[in-house]
Parts: sequence; structure tokens; C-alpha cells
Amino acid sequence: MTTGNSFAALKGLVGTTAFKLSVVYLVASAIFSAGLITYVGWSARRLIDVQIGQTLTAQINGLEDQYRIGGVRRLTSVIERRSREPGSFLFLLQEPTGETIAGNISGVVAERFIGRRAVEASYRRLDDEGQTSDALVRTLVLPGNQRLLVGRDLEERERLNVVLNQALRILLGGLLLFGGLGSFFVARRALARIDAMSATSRSIMAGDLAERLPVSGSGDELDRLALSLNAMLDRIGELMQGMKEVSDNIAHDLKTPLTRLRNSAEQALRADKGQHDYRAALERCIMESDGLIRTFNALLLIARTEAGTGTDSFTSVDVSKMIDDISEMYEPSAEEAGALLTSNIEPGLIALGNRELLGQVVANLIDNAMKYGLPPVEGSPAQINVAARRFEGHIQITVSDHGTGIPHDMRGRAVERFGRLDVSRNKPGSGLGLSLATAVAHLHKGTLKLDSNSPGLKVVMEIPAVVLP
Amino acid sequence: MLPHMRILIVEDDVEAASYLVKALSEAGHVADHARDGLSGYGMAGEGGYDCLIVDRMLPKMDGLSMIGGLRQQGLETPVLILSALGQVDDRVKGLRAGGDDYLAKPYAFSELLARVEILSRRKTPQVAESTYVVRDLRLDRLSHKVSRAGEDIPMQPREFRLLEYLMRNAGRVVTRTMLLEQVWDYHFDPGTNVIDVHISRLRSKIDKGQVRPLLHTVRGAGYVIRDDG
Repeated sequence: MTTGNSFAALKGLVGTTAFKLSVVYLVASAIFSAGLITYVGWSARRLIDVQIGQTLTAQINGLEDQYRIGGVRRLTSVIERRSREPGSFLFLLQEPTGETIAGNISGVVAERFIGRRAVEASYRRLDDEGQTSDALVRTLVLPGNQRLLVGRDLEERERLNVVLNQALRILLGGLLLFGGLGSFFVARRALARIDAMSATSRSIMAGDLAERLPVSGSGDELDRLALSLNAMLDRIGELMQGMKEVSDNIAHDLKTPLTRLRNSAEQALRADKGQHDYRAALERCIMESDGLIRTFNALLLIARTEAGTGTDSFTSVDVSKMIDDISEMYEPSAEEAGALLTSNIEPGLIALGNRELLGQVVANLIDNAMKYGLPPVEGSPAQINVAARRFEGHIQITVSDHGTGIPHDMRGRAVERFGRLDVSRNKPGSGLGLSLATAVAHLHKGTLKLDSNSPGLKVVMEIPAVVLP
Repeated sequence: MLPHMRILIVEDDVEAASYLVKALSEAGHVADHARDGLSGYGMAGEGGYDCLIVDRMLPKMDGLSMIGGLRQQGLETPVLILSALGQVDDRVKGLRAGGDDYLAKPYAFSELLARVEILSRRKTPQVAESTYVVRDLRLDRLSHKVSRAGEDIPMQPREFRLLEYLMRNAGRVVTRTMLLEQVWDYHFDPGTNVIDVHISRLRSKIDKGQVRPLLHTVRGAGYVIRDDG
């Protein structure tokens, strides 16, 4: 890898959302930690100052008592004794003129620190060669007008400061180091996975539709995204498969009549024939064309219904009357076909919908029952029943027959476009009836189910009912 | 034989139009052709036509606007709309725009002819007849009674409406889809032989045992009630 390449890779890494987020998080936590430590330092200082102030007051009060008992002499001796104790306080007794009477520090004018509060001052210890230190001091004016200063070195406080500063440095350093490394790895991992996903997408786009995005199994957000996208790809795959089957079936169902049409015309032309033959051939041609037109119309209607057109022209439809009319329309032809068409219709069922489409669906279902729903054994009762009733806020329309039915595993196929089951391919019909029924049911926000009528087929369509006030 | 009619075809497809002109003249009518909406509007406005056949998609002025304009002028000539869009919604739009009937392409000529012949009849002011009579077949619209040669024939309500429509248009061919539209008020293709069976039931009621049948099947077209004698 050349430097240019690795620089580009680094740039890509720095550009990732994961990296940017990590950096923002890092800066934020650094600012917060520094603030926290500063606050801790500040409070600790205050606490120490208050404590020192209190001890100074206690000392001063003690010394003042000594002064009252034995005057300046006694006070001086006490100060000198206490000055020799290890870790002693700082003492300074001065005349109002600034002349030192006793004490263990120099370089301080006690006069300047008279007051009830302890304040900071620089001083020099007498036993320490000229080293200046900081202290908190307070001065009391004695009744003899001498100034008594008591102080406490701030070394402890300084030590605390040093410790805290060090902690802050270590913390920030560690944070930067580990945070930076962390961001780098997080970004690199995210980038690697996203690169893998992009590569897979490209190969899917290039035509390898079976491939799926990699899932790490950690269940994180990238996994969830990959799973959703994979589910989408599965669905697209199903649709593609469906499209393929539909086009195969269209090819079969449209090409067959087209071939017959062409054959009829060709055959009529081939030999010397009488007018009667020509006529018969032309009539066959028209018949085949009509069949083709019907199939095209059915396809267009399904496509438009599936696309959801027509919902704006929904009106309230008296489903009971509609079904009554349709079953009455089909009753004579059912009888002709040797079947008894009975109906079982609850009155007053109202739905919001397209009467024409709903009527066509019921007609198609009855027509299907007449074509495929006759009992396989001669002599057994051929009965087709159309029923409609209110059912859980829906209108349930059922068309059932006593034919051979559709085996459970083939029912899905039966509602597909051109999904004519192979056993019935030799019977007339475009094979679009059930898919139109499904599309119309969906258009009305309803469902269509195929069920066993044991024996026979039961088609159940449910659409929402309009509840009259 | 029906009196011949003057028909205006407004259609931009020249081949389809010349086929129509020829077929209509073979059926005994006189047909003119306009190639776009504007010239169709002009020709129809001059009057003298018994029926207009108008394609929906036309250059210069679309079919529906043309019909709307003619209706605003007060022209009442019946209009049959032809359209490649055969859906119910389009039909409703077409009829709302002032069309009287609607036929989706591709159509059978017999269907078009039957519709045009029935449409043009509307031009003559409709006298609300209370009784239709064809030879010895009588239909009383008020008492809902049907009789043939003085003998009452019991009728189901639907059979009555079927016969009523056929007799109102006596002498004119009505197609299966027209019957479905007029008697059942549906526009889809019922398939198989649904209408035929209803007709044969009706026929067995009115023509059975009669020397002169009145209800005839017109092959490739539809049905007609006619006294052939």
C-alpha cells in the first residue's frame, strides 16, 4: 500500500460517522472530567481554608488568654515554646511600630493582617534561609497595643493542588489515548462492515440476486439494518419470481389463443376452399380474438384494482341486494349446468365500495363454482351455495361448492394471476377470477380466503361493513 | 327494415373510421367522418345527424370537451363514446360529460350497431307508452301483466324487465351486454351463457307452442323481438 492509499484510507476512516461521534464524545467527556476535577480542587481548598481559619481563631484565643494572665512576658515565652514544636503554627508578636518581639517568621508586617478573617500572606521562616512560603494568617491587636499574628503554612493545600493537577493530566492523557484508539477501532470496524455491505449491494445490483448482506450476529444497529434490507431483498426476490411466473403464464395463456388464431387464418388460406370454410375460419378468428380481449381486459382490471384506483368512486353498496341479484342472474345457467344454486343472504348488509367490482367478483366466484365445483361422481348432489352475513364488523361473503376442491398446498397458487391449476387447464377461463377477487377484496380493505367445504371449495371474502346509525 | 340514419364518426384513426363508415353503410346507414375534435364539433353543430360516435382521445379538442361544448349549445343528438379505457370510472366520466352510451375498444361491430340504432331512436320524443304490443304479444307496464293471444303469462319480475326492454326496442337488435346493463345494471362480461339461459326461459314462456315465434336470436349479435310475418 502506498502512502497516498493509506492516507486516503485514514481520511475515509476519519470521515466516518462512528469516528466523528467518538471524537465528539471524547471532547465532551474531557471537558466534563476537567471541570469536575477543578471543582473538586476548588471545594477542597475552600474546605481547607475554613478549617485553617478555625484553628487560627482557636490559637489566637488561647494566646490572648495567656496574655491576660501574664502579659507580654508570658505571651512571649508561650510563643517561643510553641514555635519549637514540630509542625508548629507561625507566630509573630510585634510592637505597633513593626518591631518584632517574638515569633518564628520574618518578612511580614502584622499590622496589615488585622481583621476577623484569615488571609493569605507570604512569609519567611527564621530557621529556613530566606525561603518564602505562603500561609494563611490572622492578626489580633492586644490590649497593650501589640500585634499578635498567628498563621498556618499552606503547604498541605499546595500538595493537594499538585495531586489534583497530576490526576487531571493523567485522566486527560488516558482519555485521549484510549478514546482516540477506541474511536479509531470503532470507526474501522463500522467502516469494514459498511464496506462489506456496499460490496454485497453492488454484487446484488450486478445481478447476483441470491446474495444477502452479511449479519455479524451481534444484534447491533448495523445487524438490524442488514436484516431489514435482507427481508426487503427476499420480498423483492419473491415478487421477481412472481413476475417471472406471471410472464411465463401470460406467455402460455396468450400465446396459445394467438397461435390458434394464426393457425385458423393460415389454414383457411392454404387450400382452395369454399366460402363456407372461409366463413368458419373467420368466425374462429373472431372467437379467439374475443377471448384474448377478455383476458387483456381482466389483466388491466386486476392491475388497476391492485394499484388502488377506483376507491374515490366508492359508494355505499347494498351487498345483500347485489348478491341476491347476481345469484338470481346465475341461477338459470347453474340449473342448465346441472347444479342447484342456493343462497343464504342476511338482509341489509351495507358496505362502502364499488358495486360493479364486487358484483363481478361474486359473479366470477359463482362462475368458477359452476366450472370447477361440480361433483366428480355423477349423481351426487351438485350444490352451489352463496351466503352473506355480518361477522365481527365485517360482511362475510361465502361461495361454496361440492366439487373436488383445491388441495391445501395449492390454494396459494390458485389466487395468483393465471394461477389456473394444471388439472383444470383444459377448461375454459382465463384463470384470473380468483386473483381479481383477491385484488378487489384488498381494494376494499378486506381479505379473501380459500377453505375446504369438505368436500369442495369454499371461497370466503370479508370486507368491512358500514354500520348504519 | 329500419329507416336509414345519418351518423357522424369523430375518430382520428383513419383506418378504424373508414372501416366503420363502410360497415355502417352496409347496414343501411349514411356515415360521415371527422378527423379531430374541432372539425367534429363544427360538423355536429350544423345538425342533421341522428347519432354521433365520438372517440375519447382526439387531436385539437378531446372527445369529452367536444361533447360538453355541443351539449352547452343545446344540441341533443345522441352520442356514443368510444374509448380504449373500458373501466367503470371512465364510463361514468363519459356519461357525465354528456355522452349517452359508452363502448370500450376493441368492440364488436354488431355491438356498436345495436347501440347506435337504439340510441338514435331516442331522438324521437319518447311517448311514455303504457302498453307494448308486438303482434299478439302484449305487455302492460302499469299492471305488470303479459299476455299472448289473450292468454295471461305469469312472469318473474326480472323476466318482465327483460321482456319490457326487448319490446320497447322491438325490431332492433339488443346485445347481451346491453341486456346486462339495462336489466341488471352491471357492465362486466358475465361469461358463459348467463344471458342466453334467461332468454331461452323467456322464450319458452312467450313462444312455446306458438306457430310464429317473436323472440329471435341474431347470430353473432344478440336478440330481437320482431314480428316476421
